[in-house]
Amino acid sequence: MSCSIGGCIPQGNKEIKNLKSFSTSAERFEGAHVLCPGCAHSIIVREVLNATNDNMVLGSSTGCLEVCTAIYPHTSWDSSWIHIGFENGSTAVAGAESANKALRRKGRIDPNTPEPKFVAFGGDGSTYDIGFQWISGCFERGHNMMYVCLDNEVYANTGGQRSSSTPIGASATTTPAGSTSYGEKQNKKDMMSIMAAHGAPYVAQIAPNKWKDMVKKIQKGFDANGPVYINAMSACTTEWKFPINQTIEVSDMATDSLVFPLYEIIEGKELNITYRPKNIVPVRDYLGVQGRFKHLFKKENEYLIDEWQKRVDANWEYLQRREEARV
Amino acid sequence: MYRNKKSMELNTVEVWDGNFANSHALRQAGVDVVAAYPITPSTGTVEGYASHHANGYVDGEIVMVESEHAAMSGCIGAAAAGARAATATSSQGLALMVETLYQASGMRMPIVLCLVNRTLAAPLNVNGDHSDMYLANQSGWISIDACTPEESYDLVLCAFRIGEHLDVRLPVIVNQDGFLTSHKAQNVRPLSDKDAYDFVGDYVEVNSLLNFDKPVTHGVQTESDWHYEHKAKQNDAMMNSVKVIEEVFEEYAKISGRKYNLIETYLCDDAEVVIVCMGTTYETAKVTADKLRAEGKKVGVLMPRVFRPTQIDLLAELLADKKAVVCMDRSAPGGQMGLLYNDVTGALFNTSARPLVSNIIYGLGGRDINVAALTDIFNTALEEVANGKLNGTIQRWSGVRGPELKYYNVKG
Repeated sequence: MSCSIGGCIPQGNKEIKNLKSFSTSAERFEGAHVLCPGCAHSIIVREVLNATNDNMVLGSSTGCLEVCTAIYPHTSWDSSWIHIGFENGSTAVAGAESANKALRRKGRIDPNTPEPKFVAFGGDGSTYDIGFQWISGCFERGHNMMYVCLDNEVYANTGGQRSSSTPIGASATTTPAGSTSYGEKQNKKDMMSIMAAHGAPYVAQIAPNKWKDMVKKIQKGFDANGPVYINAMSACTTEWKFPINQTIEVSDMATDSLVFPLYEIIEGKELNITYRPKNIVPVRDYLGVQGRFKHLFKKENEYLIDEWQKRVDANWEYLQRREEARV
Repeated sequence: MYRNKKSMELNTVEVWDGNFANSHALRQAGVDVVAAYPITPSTGTVEGYASHHANGYVDGEIVMVESEHAAMSGCIGAAAAGARAATATSSQGLALMVETLYQASGMRMPIVLCLVNRTLAAPLNVNGDHSDMYLANQSGWISIDACTPEESYDLVLCAFRIGEHLDVRLPVIVNQDGFLTSHKAQNVRPLSDKDAYDFVGDYVEVNSLLNFDKPVTHGVQTESDWHYEHKAKQNDAMMNSVKVIEEVFEEYAKISGRKYNLIETYLCDDAEVVIVCMGTTYETAKVTADKLRAEGKKVGVLMPRVFRPTQIDLLAELLADKKAVVCMDRSAPGGQMGLLYNDVTGALFNTSARPLVSNIIYGLGGRDINVAALTDIFNTALEEVANGKLNGTIQRWSGVRGPELKYYNVKG
């Protein structure tokens, strides 16, 4: 699987026909980690790494993925991997990507060997909030890299504080629901549009329950030339408060209620919806299976559920119109 | 190595300011990745380097990032990927970078940072003092000080050799005074491109991210079980760097004729009163010492060329027989003694030497320090020696308008 600097056969995207061929593919992210049982991060990361046969330089921002996979003297990564800090995971990988360009130009790496893939992972805290500027800088400069946001809508590693990805009405430890508060007051930031507005060649939202859609998008992203943004919904059993064996079921409700619609934006313009649920699940049902929204079902807060449904409907309408308009 | 870039013909003597001198040292060292962000007064280092790049004299990457924090982050990523990496900054830029300074040293990345010293806001001020140099003083970076453009050129070349040495593998800051050095064109006697690169040598990769035969995990998490040992090893490398620094200075002297020392001294051997200072003040103090020597006064000047790691034993040795030592700190001390004072008194305390040691705070935000002021400082110290005691206080603020500011009373 690994390939030396000296030279090796060209590789590229992996052919994955079915779940069996996927599940038997090589492991570059090993099972040895201390993520919570039921955490979606590991599912997503495995799928990203398994989508290609190419060599990879991976980075992580400080967060659940990082602290659970690289606890000295152990590592879960059978691949080149770097972590620096909370906000600069993108730039760490961009630095390595720049080094790759320089070393190939100088002949210290044989320019005829296949290019590795550069992928940075970050949680929504390091993506939507503290690392936002670094990511924007990397995209504006056009580094040939993929940024994957593991979006669990909360600072999970530090124990459940709100981020700017936390949706309105969620109870987080810094925006708790209480007798005079329904929890988080702000709507989730629209990172997809923001990253598309950078003119990125490829931007996509994925979810671990739709693994075929996910692999296809990751491979499209790897084929793109330039910075690629992937927003990966990552259901968090600990902070969303659902049973640890329900991750995929909750994820199904997220995509089928269209709270997390699956779509892609090509060259900042062409929007394609990649999954249309046959039976659209009410937002109420999605909220109902998560403890973080429990208080919304009190009589005085129920209007928020109606408002949420209206927002989801309006967004779905918008996405469909964007898709149709091709602009 | 000259595969994709042009070599530049240089005159025996060039007239360069400190920034342009830095830019040539970076060019000749064949840096692979410069990730940088502009800030006065260090911008000229990057602009100069960018012009060399634009004209085909550089075959590395220049990444013009969106902040100094990103500049150092990019350098760390590049260094982890087996690249020689460097950047430049000043003041607020260094302050924004502080988190990554600790990450760079903790991850053992031999990055070179050209630090053009400027004060820290507030009040906002682009002019020079040593606040930024002092801010980095516990960051685990080797910190070396240059007084002139030529010294900065020399020491940037040396910095790559020192930091990249396999016994060291630590990042290195090369300081120079903002404007006074960075913007004053002076004579520089550069090496040829070939001699400079031969001196610096090829970059030796350690655990490169781009070596896929040997996947590595950089930037791990530790708990109380391993953190202490990591920091101990890191600090040990810093302490052991002294030997490497001396070897590199020795070797550089052979090819350039210019010998640097861990601590520079001027007329110190038989001096009774010594001023300890850094940067361009060392040059002015040397002129002042010459003047006072002509009057028969036994004065000398000392400068830590290598600010960190601190040369405690050497300081003690060089100052053992002095009657008075005046430590001049060009940084607002924040309610304590200046760092040079702490270094010097710390060095002397466990010896039998008991010179009068005083602390002058001066030159903040670019306030001029001149021969007249330094004459005054020397003469005050000579009077104190004659009286056998300090003139009332340990710390004095020199050259500040308004009432005299003196702190830390001494009895007896």
